Amino acid sequence: MMTLIAWINRAIWFGTVIMFGSTGEIITERSGNLNLGVPGIMFLGGFASFAGAYYYENSTPDPSSAVIILIALICGILASTFGGLIYSFLTITLRANQNVTGLALTIFGSGIANFFGVQVLNGGTSVKAAFTHTVFSKPVPFLSKLGVFGDIFFSYGFMVYLAIILAVLTHLVISRTRIGLNLRAVGENPATADSVGISVSKYKYLATCIGASVTGLGGVYYVLDYGYGTWSSSSSIEGLGWLAVALVIFARWKPRNIIWGAYVFGIFFWFYNYAPALLNLTWPNTIVILTQMIPYVITILVLIYVSAKQKKDSLGPAALGLSYYREER
Amino acid sequence: MESQNEKRVPAVSMRNITKTFGSVVANDHVGLDIYRGEILALLGENGSGKTTLMNMLSGLYYPDEGQIFIDGSEVSIPNPRVALGMGIGMVHQHFKLVDVLTATENIVLGLKDKGRLDLDAAAVKIRKICTDYGFDIDPHRKIYDMSVSEKQTVEIIKVLYRGADILILDEPTAVLTPQETTRLFDIIRNMKSDGKAIIIITHKLQEVMHVSDRVAVLRKGAYIGDLVTKNTSIQEMTDMMVGHKVNLNIDRPDPVSPSPRIVVKDLTVTDKDGLVKLDHVSFTANSGEILGIAGISGSGQKELLEAIAGLQTVDSGSIEYIEDNGSHDQLIGKDPLAISNLGVSLSFVPEDRLGMGLVGNMDITDNMMLRSFRNGKTVFTDRKAPRKLAGHVVKKLGVVTPDLSTPVRKLSGGNVQKILVGREIASTPTVLLSAYAVRGLDINSAYLIYDLMNQQKEAGVSIVYVGEDLDVLLALCDRIVVLCGGSCNGILDARTTTKEEVGLRMTTKKEPASVGGSDE
Repeated sequence: MMTLIAWINRAIWFGTVIMFGSTGEIITERSGNLNLGVPGIMFLGGFASFAGAYYYENSTPDPSSAVIILIALICGILASTFGGLIYSFLTITLRANQNVTGLALTIFGSGIANFFGVQVLNGGTSVKAAFTHTVFSKPVPFLSKLGVFGDIFFSYGFMVYLAIILAVLTHLVISRTRIGLNLRAVGENPATADSVGISVSKYKYLATCIGASVTGLGGVYYVLDYGYGTWSSSSSIEGLGWLAVALVIFARWKPRNIIWGAYVFGIFFWFYNYAPALLNLTWPNTIVILTQMIPYVITILVLIYVSAKQKKDSLGPAALGLSYYREER
Repeated sequence: MESQNEKRVPAVSMRNITKTFGSVVANDHVGLDIYRGEILALLGENGSGKTTLMNMLSGLYYPDEGQIFIDGSEVSIPNPRVALGMGIGMVHQHFKLVDVLTATENIVLGLKDKGRLDLDAAAVKIRKICTDYGFDIDPHRKIYDMSVSEKQTVEIIKVLYRGADILILDEPTAVLTPQETTRLFDIIRNMKSDGKAIIIITHKLQEVMHVSDRVAVLRKGAYIGDLVTKNTSIQEMTDMMVGHKVNLNIDRPDPVSPSPRIVVKDLTVTDKDGLVKLDHVSFTANSGEILGIAGISGSGQKELLEAIAGLQTVDSGSIEYIEDNGSHDQLIGKDPLAISNLGVSLSFVPEDRLGMGLVGNMDITDNMMLRSFRNGKTVFTDRKAPRKLAGHVVKKLGVVTPDLSTPVRKLSGGNVQKILVGREIASTPTVLLSAYAVRGLDINSAYLIYDLMNQQKEAGVSIVYVGEDLDVLLALCDRIVVLCGGSCNGILDARTTTKEEVGLRMTTKKEPASVGGSDE
């Protein structure tokens, strides 16, 4: 029982990182921008929030929880929005190739984070913002004490719930509001959107930057809660970033599928660690990498399924990855 | 009717409208009046400036010169949104709809109404428009589940929903079956009795007779005049549309011992939507002869050439290629490579010019190599011969280019066409298929192409020339196949026929169509 709860806990922590990443990426991709810079943006957001919180924590003997949350979130959002802005400028204004730009942003983000990370590490291999971690991983008061129920649903830091709220909010905005309708039209058929007076560039810029800031929150959560508030020279943010991109496809670009999909990915990713004890199995360590591959395999299966069915609304925005030229008409 | 119109203020009045694209004058001081409660047919050949004129009314283009009056007061229409605000809505030939959204979502898209997005209320409003005018559509259906005619209905409702009372329909019947056309005309008449002004851009004369109150005719960008439909005849409209024959002084050597080269029998092609593109077309193309193909755009010219070149799936019929020694080859079922090895060469100049035949990002030499890259024995391609050919084509046809390594897309349209035609001729074909070879070319380049065609003809090549300009077809070709709605509507001797005859056959089927009941 304890193993099962630990497994679920781990899956939810893990799922929260990619839930932020995927929700942000869905907002971006719905505007027709395929931003493959998700890992880079997570690096930017994660590092900036860590640096902000770490310096604040060490600058005062009596750090306040509210201030530290504010600093971490603002730093993270600013840095990741900056990443989205770079991507927007290159692909929307200059019409650079989206795939190349996204991959470049991933390399750029991890490079910048690790370069400035050297300053923070100050010669070591890892540093810890202990107080920040306590604030970010503080379970829900009272409710988390409700035995097994509390352990499964309420033993997490506030960002776990923020991720769910953001995903639900994104779902509502995309499917129920005029802004969402216009956004979908921009991603499906920008020429049509343009012809009815929707500003394609404005929607693409805003969706990409807002999407990047949400993606960046995944990096914030990764460093400050999932990673126990430590910054180290060897980080696995990048792997989670790519999983977030895969989850968007798995969820067929629908935010409501992200919520359960993220946790399913978490369950499978941590399969190797908990399943043997739970199922009384013994297997060689080499199998670990193999089981961590399961989320990607499922994503491929989902892709095969929706592609074979040729259901148009499951294949992603029709203009995804394409630059929009108004042409001369 | 006429005297009434003179007293009423026109809903739209266009005066001295001029629009040029580069050196091409699309509209030359055109004046046009449109009244409420009237269906106006805007008639003209391809490239006569009908769509350009209407695009200026709907805000897509801005006129270089001239004035537009709405209900008597002068206005400026900088974009489609402003046009809609004045009640002008245009339904384009190519639909602007988002596939994965429902009809309702498409109709309300981009509207800046106050309050939350209420799709149910919008659907109610759409249903009311449907019952008012006789449309039949499910507001909750997604566009990708709809037929072409339903998509068109959504486009028309979209314009009505935004409160348009001046409607422009650009070739609305081009994609419709005869039954759907009849339905659309009923709806248009309903809108007319509701007091709306309706303009139909078309070149189908029978439909003009059927539905319109008045006809305005454009020819080569100029306004020719207007007629009250009930007082006119198809013959009179054709004469106004095509004008009198112009003497172009194009050489036309007599064919030297023509013998059948390509025999097309009962060729039938349907597209993926089930629309018949070619309907039992039969003709023979002879060696040493230029066979013209005339027809309004989209009458099956593209499908015909592609079928011969092996690029089009054919439903039924046969295409035989007859070699000099008299042996017959069936082209249907052969792949394009095998067909081009027989000496059938396709130089298709599509609307975007670079779509077929040339690669825009490659230079002139590389584009020459697209025909010859299979030659040679080693794994390395031979660049010397193509470079020589490129130099030859550039020099002989007077291609204006900085050098041979300039990407083709950077050259002007005329130069691109010269390269394409020059390369095809250099491959010494026995059959040369050419479509719109002089589209967008200045007069000198066009004559150069005609001369090249004639040289090939004298060398015994069988040339199939798909053209737009009837004067050129009559002056250059030996025989003319007239296509009308995908079927062959007569093969005429270009030396004896008249422009009126060709024009009439392009727009009016000689035998009544087997489907639909629009013919008396």
